[in-house]
Amino acid sequence: MANEADTPVGRRKFLSGAAAGTAGIVAASNMGSAEQANQQTREQGQGQAAPSDVALRVKALESILVEKGMVDRATIDAVIETYESKIGPRNGASVVARAWVDEAYRKRLLADGTAAIAELGYGGAQGEHMVVVENTPAVHNLVVCTLCSCYPWPVLGLPPTWYKSAPYRSRAVIDPRGVLREFGVTLAEDVQVRVWDSTAEIRYLVLPERPPGTERMTEEQLAALVTRDAMVGVAKVSASRGAAA
Amino acid sequence: MNGIHDMGGMHGMGPIQVREDERPFHAEWEGRAWGLIRAAGPFGPARRRNFRYEHEVLPPAQYLQMQYYERFIKLLVDRLMTAKLLTQAELDSGRADPASPKSQPRVTPAMIAEQATRRRSLRRDDLRIQPGFTVGQDVRARNINPVGHTRLPRYMRGHRGTIVTDHGIFDFQDTDADGYALPARPQHVYTVSFTARELWGETANARDTVHAELWEDYLERA
Repeated sequence: MANEADTPVGRRKFLSGAAAGTAGIVAASNMGSAEQANQQTREQGQGQAAPSDVALRVKALESILVEKGMVDRATIDAVIETYESKIGPRNGASVVARAWVDEAYRKRLLADGTAAIAELGYGGAQGEHMVVVENTPAVHNLVVCTLCSCYPWPVLGLPPTWYKSAPYRSRAVIDPRGVLREFGVTLAEDVQVRVWDSTAEIRYLVLPERPPGTERMTEEQLAALVTRDAMVGVAKVSASRGAAA
Repeated sequence: MNGIHDMGGMHGMGPIQVREDERPFHAEWEGRAWGLIRAAGPFGPARRRNFRYEHEVLPPAQYLQMQYYERFIKLLVDRLMTAKLLTQAELDSGRADPASPKSQPRVTPAMIAEQATRRRSLRRDDLRIQPGFTVGQDVRARNINPVGHTRLPRYMRGHRGTIVTDHGIFDFQDTDADGYALPARPQHVYTVSFTARELWGETANARDTVHAELWEDYLERA
């Protein structure tokens, strides 16, 4: 919260302050860019000495709950470790690379995503019912959750900020081509865009097109090319990872 | 409910922050917040409201302003306060009341890996219910405006689409007006394909489609 960052946290009401501060910001600025402003504030805040207001509140809440015996700090560490090193988009990238080199696997993946993904050892919370949708020269798939932030955790990890943001959630269904242009992807008019709004219990993984010039690459090298954004459908995979944003 | 969370099709929300690396947490507090939410999650009122509904009833200005993990933390605090496991005085001081009872953690480090890989499916493979619709059939999303939690986005209501997949039987997730689960009404869930022109009019690309998974109660014959 930009306008609260310099207020000493101990003298304010702890979380109830958020509502009052919010009203001020929203009244004075464009609502839609509020999340972006938050993000920028956070990024600017990194590396600086003064932690943000929300960081202080989270730290205080952690202390209180640890003191009460409700929370073990090692559990929090284990959660962070799990999502930083075990569950993330590298899992999905290995699924995509396998589908590119193994035609029988590709067919199983498109026929029953959950089972084929489980073959590689991935599955669980927020990936109970997986559907894999394939990009081709004629069809481009894009995944969104307009109502909240549903996302296939076992293969992609936790969703990026933009996926959870109002700009993406509001526009992906009404202007998918504009959204794609913002991500640097311009589609020809005759390419069909299929948007998948994750409204119930199905979670989606986009199988991107294998880029040309990768015929000699190993499965491992191919997996390294596959980005998170390509598996949500907002990017294409490039033969050089640096160019695939 | 017709809340701010149901934002499909809205204009004016600004540009998308497209450049973001693949790290899950971009500030230390985000990871601590997520860990705290998972670790303290089982504490709270015995009777739980739908957690998505808890987000949906936040005042719209607050919903838009708060960062994702910040929203979860606020809801965790609200739950703990409702269950009298946390007080405003403690939040104000940042210290636990020395007189407050001591608890035991309900989530241990050893449980984390298992939680992440555990399937919690709402699909009811134990039931046999005849589907009301078949693949290829034209349907219409009903024009309903429930005040509780619902998974039928506003932008689809009243529009005509086609059933493309029958995913089987799932427990219905809509709630009552206060966000509490309704009596179980397991029913078929279908992927329905809408043309972009049906949803957004003649300026949309004639080829483009939008798909959603919809419970049978949301649909009627076209």
